[in-house]
Amino acid sequence: MNIVVCIKQVPDTAEVRINPETGTLIREGVPSIINPFDMHAIEAGLYIKEKTGGKVTVITMGPPQAETALREAISMGADEGVLLSDRAFAGSDTWATSFTLSKAIAKLQADVIFCGKQAIDGDTAQVGPETAEFLNIPHISYIRKIEEVSQSGIRVQRLMDEGYDVIESALPVLLTVVKELNEPRLPSLKGKMTAKKAVIKKWGQADITADENDLGLKGSPTQVKNIFSPEARPGRKMLEGTPEEQVDALMQELRGIKCL
Amino acid sequence: MPVKINRDKCTGCEECLASCPVSAIDMKDGKAFINEYCEACMTCLNVCPEGAIIEFDKEPPEGTDIESYKGVWIFAEQRGGKISSIAYELLGIGRKLADGRGTGLSAVLFGASETEAEELIKWGADKVYLSQDRIFEQFNDEPYSQLLASLIKEHKPETVLAGATPIGRSFIPRVAARLRTGLTADCTSLEIDKETGNLLQIRPAFGGNIMATILCPNNRPQMATVRPRVMKRGQYDEGRKGEIVKAGIEGLLSRTRVLETVKEVSDITVNLQEANIIVSGGRGLGDPKGFSLIQELAELLGGAVGSSRAAVDAGWIPYRHQVGQTGKTVCPTIYFACGISGAVQHLVGMQSSDIIIAINKNPEAPIFNVATYGIVGDLYEIIPLLIKKIKEVRGA
Repeated sequence: MNIVVCIKQVPDTAEVRINPETGTLIREGVPSIINPFDMHAIEAGLYIKEKTGGKVTVITMGPPQAETALREAISMGADEGVLLSDRAFAGSDTWATSFTLSKAIAKLQADVIFCGKQAIDGDTAQVGPETAEFLNIPHISYIRKIEEVSQSGIRVQRLMDEGYDVIESALPVLLTVVKELNEPRLPSLKGKMTAKKAVIKKWGQADITADENDLGLKGSPTQVKNIFSPEARPGRKMLEGTPEEQVDALMQELRGIKCL
Repeated sequence: MPVKINRDKCTGCEECLASCPVSAIDMKDGKAFINEYCEACMTCLNVCPEGAIIEFDKEPPEGTDIESYKGVWIFAEQRGGKISSIAYELLGIGRKLADGRGTGLSAVLFGASETEAEELIKWGADKVYLSQDRIFEQFNDEPYSQLLASLIKEHKPETVLAGATPIGRSFIPRVAARLRTGLTADCTSLEIDKETGNLLQIRPAFGGNIMATILCPNNRPQMATVRPRVMKRGQYDEGRKGEIVKAGIEGLLSRTRVLETVKEVSDITVNLQEANIIVSGGRGLGDPKGFSLIQELAELLGGAVGSSRAAVDAGWIPYRHQVGQTGKTVCPTIYFACGISGAVQHLVGMQSSDIIIAINKNPEAPIFNVATYGIVGDLYEIIPLLIKKIKEVRGA
């Protein structure tokens, strides 16, 4: 079984703060991590490999420093890492990212492809399904359990609003995973040694067959017009005084709006 | 509108480096340069003291005749043949956008009855494209995306909206990929740019730390998924007339197959998402026993008990109570945040509540930024007092 796991290196959004004066993100000191959902995708890939045999390749698109994310995945047990990095890929939105990824994955001839359900920086959840469309293979989103897997197909549980669906698919298939699926393993000491020495494949535009009009900014239909800080709630009231006075003031306010 | 650096103006002061959320600015030969990590978010534009960071317009791709695309479409999803509430919310915002552009509003409905389709008309649709192909009895991504993409190609709507639900967020990306057009996820606000007529698609990013306005200027349709429970429903009119158009194509195929649909909604999930009042506790409770106080207040008010991630991670309360990015999104009439500091991941799950009451010892806690009423104090003093007063009022 040829298993490919797509991962993304992201800033840890729990650590991101806004500079109130400029309205920009304070990026200093914010660590880069593997997107948390992708950790579960890596674990899912390793799980399938243990069940059916085969190879796990992790792939990421990003700047040269994203290589550390690939090495971390290898330390958990992945066999190979591919870094898609090229100035031609800069400014990719989800369309161009998925298109580029699909070209690279096509070269890897995957049977099963795992992605995290979404990345915590963009939160779009679009790259998985779009990649499947470009590869012309089926996909199943939000899988929370793998019930059965064989060389011919896979049966999983897909999380829905009011419960879950049991759903099966032929291979190849792309699956996006939620956190309930598994508990990502920690790297072993041996894994860390392997990761240190691993040779990461580096692919650029020349390594995939793609028209430059479909890549990077040129290939991206969407554009960011501007970004801004979420507004603080207008009309906030801080209730001052002793606890007694504070509670009285709150009761007053709530009664005024007929809440109690 | 990507950005580039005017190397003549750049003094190499490195001011811009820290402004970039994705580390896309590097120094090279003493000058800043934009690397391949750039997501064109524009954060850096106003940072440069020399004005050396500039945006330049991207040329539109050839061959897209955007003028020929007209009208607003919404995708009306259903489960078990019954239209989901998100569809009515989409009709609300869709009607507004269509009226603003002076065009019509159509809904697309797969796998439901004509009676259901008529509901969409009463809620504001002028036209409903309805397919009753049996393949749509279950949700499978491939046939959904094949037929929707085919209808869009044929009728050329200018804007297509769908719910940011497990269904919409799963199959709509395939449609956008197929149509070679842009898709903006999980929008919380949609407006029309008066100058250009473009759809301004506003959404939170970086875990809700910032808001971004996204455009799709050179491709059509402009596609967006819309967060549930954010848009208001439109006007219901029993007598409203519209047209139901039967839609379908040959050769729909699905390589996935749904074997079973299992309902599994815990009472607490339902309570949380439907409760008018939620009382939530966080790390500031200091102790799992604090939740009995939270519970007492919630019960008194007929509300539900919520929690921050910190309290769940500490093992004080089960995950199903968690409100936030990795828990439930809620929007009750009143939300009590007790001992919750207000990490962004919590705020994105509750900040659209009508009234937020924050009780926290730390006056600097970010929860006070989103609060309607803020009380700086010890929740173990405040809440028992509040319970006492409410009982007094009720008794009187």
